[in-house]
Amino acid sequence: MSPVTTSPSPLVVAVVYPDLLGTYGDGGNGLVLARRAAWRGLPVELIEAHSDRSLPMADIYCIGGGEDGPQVRAAQSLVAEATLGRAVEQGAVVLGVCAGFQILGRTFPDAAGHPHPGLGLLDVHTGKGTGRRAVGELVAITAPTAPRTADGKALPTLTGFENHSGVTTLGPGAQVLAQVVTGTGNGGGDGTEGAWSGRVVGTYLHGPVLARNTALADLLIGWATGVGGSSAALAPLDDTEELALRRERLAAVGEPGRGRLSRLLAARRS
Amino acid sequence: MTVAVRPSHRARSGRAAVAVEALRLSNWLSRTLGRGSGTVAGGRVGLALDPGLLVDLTRDRKVALVSGTNGKTTTTALMVAALTGDDGRSVATNVTGANMPAGHAAALAGAPAGDDAVLEVDEGYLGRLVQETRPRVVVLLNLSRDQLDRIAEVRMLADRWRVALSPAIGAGATGRGPVVVANADDPLVVWAAGTAPDVVWVGAGQVWHKDAVGCPACGGVIGFGPGGGWACERCDFARPTRHAWLEGTGTDGTELVTAGDGRHRIDLRLPGWFNAANAAMVAVAAPLMGDTEDDGGGRGAAVSPAAALARMAAVREVAGRFASAERHGRPLRLLLAKNPAGWTAIFDLLDEGGPPVAPTVLSVNARTADGLDTSWLWDVPFERLAGRVVVATGDRRHDLAVRLRYAEVPCSVVADPVEAVDRCLLAPGDGDRSGAGEKTGRIDVLANYTAFAELRCRL
Repeated sequence: MSPVTTSPSPLVVAVVYPDLLGTYGDGGNGLVLARRAAWRGLPVELIEAHSDRSLPMADIYCIGGGEDGPQVRAAQSLVAEATLGRAVEQGAVVLGVCAGFQILGRTFPDAAGHPHPGLGLLDVHTGKGTGRRAVGELVAITAPTAPRTADGKALPTLTGFENHSGVTTLGPGAQVLAQVVTGTGNGGGDGTEGAWSGRVVGTYLHGPVLARNTALADLLIGWATGVGGSSAALAPLDDTEELALRRERLAAVGEPGRGRLSRLLAARRS
Repeated sequence: MTVAVRPSHRARSGRAAVAVEALRLSNWLSRTLGRGSGTVAGGRVGLALDPGLLVDLTRDRKVALVSGTNGKTTTTALMVAALTGDDGRSVATNVTGANMPAGHAAALAGAPAGDDAVLEVDEGYLGRLVQETRPRVVVLLNLSRDQLDRIAEVRMLADRWRVALSPAIGAGATGRGPVVVANADDPLVVWAAGTAPDVVWVGAGQVWHKDAVGCPACGGVIGFGPGGGWACERCDFARPTRHAWLEGTGTDGTELVTAGDGRHRIDLRLPGWFNAANAAMVAVAAPLMGDTEDDGGGRGAAVSPAAALARMAAVREVAGRFASAERHGRPLRLLLAKNPAGWTAIFDLLDEGGPPVAPTVLSVNARTADGLDTSWLWDVPFERLAGRVVVATGDRRHDLAVRLRYAEVPCSVVADPVEAVDRCLLAPGDGDRSGAGEKTGRIDVLANYTAFAELRCRL
C-alpha cells in the first residue's frame, strides 16, 4: 500500500504495526478508509507504521489482529510510547480488531493466559477462554447503544469472520457495539460483540470488517473529518460490489439461523 | 507412481498385515464403487486398525519428507523424478492432496517393498511423520500464513517443527536423525531447523517476509538485505552460512551454486523462480538418499545434483499445475495459488513475460481445504494486476471483486468459473496486437485449491 494522495492537510490513516499485527488481513481496513476518503475528493495519506519506528500522529489508527507473542510486544511498545492515548485525547479515531481490540482494553492474556496491561482506551478486560477457539462467520446486529451514522440511522448488521480464543467483558465505561446472531463475539455469555466509547471502536470481526461493513468505515471517516457532526453527510459511493458481498455472506450464514435472524430483525423493527 | 513388478509390502506384525489388507480392500471398494480414488478412505481404515502402521510400512524403506507452506506438491514430484533411476526402479509417493497420515499409509501399502519413498507432508503432521517414518532426509521449503482458521499461527507451527527435529525426538528409534535440507532464506524455517543436528542450508529465496519480521528467538525485528540475507537487529539470530544457493533469476537462467564444487544450470519446463528454488532444494536433497558407501552407479548409488537436475527437466506439469490447456483454440495457463506468499510468487511469474499482458481469470473458494476466511485476499498485492482484463469468479467472487475495487483494478464478476474463462476469451489476448483483430493470445487462470481442482476438471 502506498500513499493514495498527498496534500497540505490530508486525512492521515495509520495502520499500526503491520509487522506485528498484520496476520489476519486487517491492514485492508486502512486501505478501505483511504480509498473511500480519496474517492470523495478528500486528500488522504495512508501510513504503514512499523514497530521499529515511533508511532506517527494520525487522524485514524487501525490496529489489526496478530499472534499471541507479537500482540504482547505490540502492546508493550504502544503502552511505552503513549502516542495513541495522546492522539485519542486530541480527537483521533481508533479501530481495533481482535488482538488490536484486546490491546485497546485494560488487560489481555498472553499465550499462557497471563494477563498483560493494554492501553486502557476501552473499558474492557479480556481473559483466555476455556472452550473451543471461536472460528467462523460472525453476524451481529448493531446494539441500541451503538454509534449512529451521520444521518442518525442505526448501523446495518455487521458481518465478518472471527478467529480468537479471548473472552472480553465490558466495564461500565464501554458501550456494546452489537448483539451476536451467528458466532461467538465477545464470548462472555451475554451475546455481545465489540465495544466502543468516544471515537474508539473494538471488534472481533475480520474480513476486513470495513470492507464488509462500509457504513462503519464511513462512520469513522465522518468522525475524523468532522462531517459526522454536521448535516452534510459524506457523499454516497457506488457500493454495488460491497453490497453484493454483504448479501452473499449474510445469506451464506443465514441458512441454519434464518429464523433467529428474522426474529431479531423483526423485534428490532417493532 | 509405482509399478507392482516386485512383491508389495510385507507386514511384520499380524496386526499390521490385517491393517494393510483392510486398507487395500477399502481402496478397491472405494474405487470400484466410484466414490473417489480411495486413497484416503483406505488409509483411514488401515490406521484405525493399526495406529502404528506407518512405522511398519517404512521399516524397509529410505524415506524423504517434504514440507512447507508452498511448493510441497511440486517439490515432491521433482524429488520423485530425481530419484527415479534409469533402471526403471520406482519410488513410492503420495497422490496430490493426500498429504496426511491416511494418504501416506495408502501410498506406502500400495508400493513395492523396499522402494524409496518421497512423501509430501502437511505442515501440521511433520512431527508425527518424522517420528514414525524415521526419514533419511527432510526438506523444509518455507513457512508463511495459510488457512488461519485451521493452522492458527505459523509461528506455533515453526515451534512444533523445532521440537520434532530436535535430537531427542527427531533421532527416533534408530538413534540416527534425518539430514534436514532447509531454506536458509526463510527465518521461520531456520528457526524450525535450528535444533536439528544435521542441516544442509540452501539459499532458495523467499519473497514473502511479512510473517518473519519479528525474531522467533528474541522478539526483536529482523532486517532483510537485498541479496536475501537477514539478521535480527537485537540478537545473533541470522541467516546461517549456506551450503548452496541460487544465482540469477528470470529469463537469463538460474544456477545452483554449491559451496564445494561449483555451478549447475537449472533448466526446467516448469515456470517461475519458485520452481527453480524447489529444484535447487531437490538437487541438494536427492543425493542424500543414496548410500554413500556405494557410488558406483549401481543400486543404492547416490544421484548427482547434475543428474537430478537433468531428470527434473523432464517434468512438464504437476497434478495439472502450470499445465497448458486450450479453450476454443485459445491457450490457457492454469496456475495454483493458495495464500498471500503463493499469489505473490505467481504474480512474479505473470510479470516474467513482460507486456502486453494476458487477460486473467481469478477464482477463489473458501471451502474447508482452502481455509474458510478470505481476509488474506487483502494481503495479496492485486494492485499488480492493473492494466489487465480481469474476471473474478469462484464461490468467493464477491470478496475478490471488493478487494479488486480497492486495488483500483476493474473486473467483471461471473458466477460460473468456465463461463468466466469464456468471458476472458472475448477480451484481446497478448498475442493479438499484431494480428488483424483475431484473438489468439494466451489467458492466465489463477485459482486457489478447490477452485483450481474444479477448473482442472472442467476445462
